[in-house]
Amino acid sequence: MADPTLFEFLHTEMVAELWAQDPDPGPGGQKTSLLVLEGMGFRVGQALGERLPRETLAFREELDILKFLCKDLWVAVFHKQMDSLRTNHQGTYVLQDNSFPLLVRMASGLQYLEEAPKFLAFTCGLLRGTLSTLGVKSLVTASVAALPSCKFQVVIQKP
Amino acid sequence: MSRQANRGTESKKMSSELFTLTYGALVTQLCKDYENDEDVNKQLDKIRFSHFFPRGYNIGVRLIEDFLARSNVGRCHDFRETADVIAKVAFKMYLGITPSITNWSPAGDEFSLILENNPLVDFVELPDNHSSLIYSNLLCGVLRGALEMVQMAVEAKFVQDTLKGDGVTEIRMRFIRRIEDNLPAGEE
Repeated sequence: MADPTLFEFLHTEMVAELWAQDPDPGPGGQKTSLLVLEGMGFRVGQALGERLPRETLAFREELDILKFLCKDLWVAVFHKQMDSLRTNHQGTYVLQDNSFPLLVRMASGLQYLEEAPKFLAFTCGLLRGTLSTLGVKSLVTASVAALPSCKFQVVIQKP
Repeated sequence: MSRQANRGTESKKMSSELFTLTYGALVTQLCKDYENDEDVNKQLDKIRFSHFFPRGYNIGVRLIEDFLARSNVGRCHDFRETADVIAKVAFKMYLGITPSITNWSPAGDEFSLILENNPLVDFVELPDNHSSLIYSNLLCGVLRGALEMVQMAVEAKFVQDTLKGDGVTEIRMRFIRRIEDNLPAGEE
């Protein structure tokens, strides 16, 4: 059983690793680093999605899947539930976490706001990867207005 | 009720798998980033390790704070005590395993940690073209970084690895020297 602290530290180093490789990112540079982090999250999310407890996989509709992400997945990964889930009933969901664990240690307020996006990319991928294993294609973006609270927006891609 | 309990352990297992899987994704990414051509693979392996080593080191430097705060372990008086704390307290706390300590050198400055099951490699198979990859090398960096913060310069390296067909995984630890506190001049 790996301790949760290990994941937090490893995640920090992953972000640092990808930024260190590219000391002077061009216009597209930062974007690619974010994409790489997101891609890694996607892989991990896919694998976690496959290893979920079977009984929870009997979903009837989209909303059940999203509820599952907010409860089970979030508890498994971050040891807490998502604070709120909102939807426009047209395939767009907003998942809000008022104290996102990967940001909690950084700041409370606006300090380091511009550093925040790189600490969210992996988790966006994680959500997208899990959804993909559950058969849902999606786009996931994240936004931070003030640390450590953040919102993940999930837009379901209709086939 | 039992279902509830079952889900509790499931989620605990998943959180542990999260670390293993994330580490796997990182190594995969590094292999991709540093590999342009089969011919230069050997050369690149070297870069890859020297590059990846500091990452573990950085984690160790910060992990030691977490460890000391949570474990109530005081200062070790000799390397044997250090070995005990690493194997029985630290590995237990962070990876949930207790490696055995063997192969002490006569001088007492070298020992081996034998890992029966390394959680980092739970889902891993090394492809043939990465036979020189030391998959769990991060651990060595963590050990080195953490011990440096408690004034011990050590060398840690993998000498056996189950991923490469060895019977066990063995990390060799060597004590190099004690790091003296560097007080600014005139403050002694």
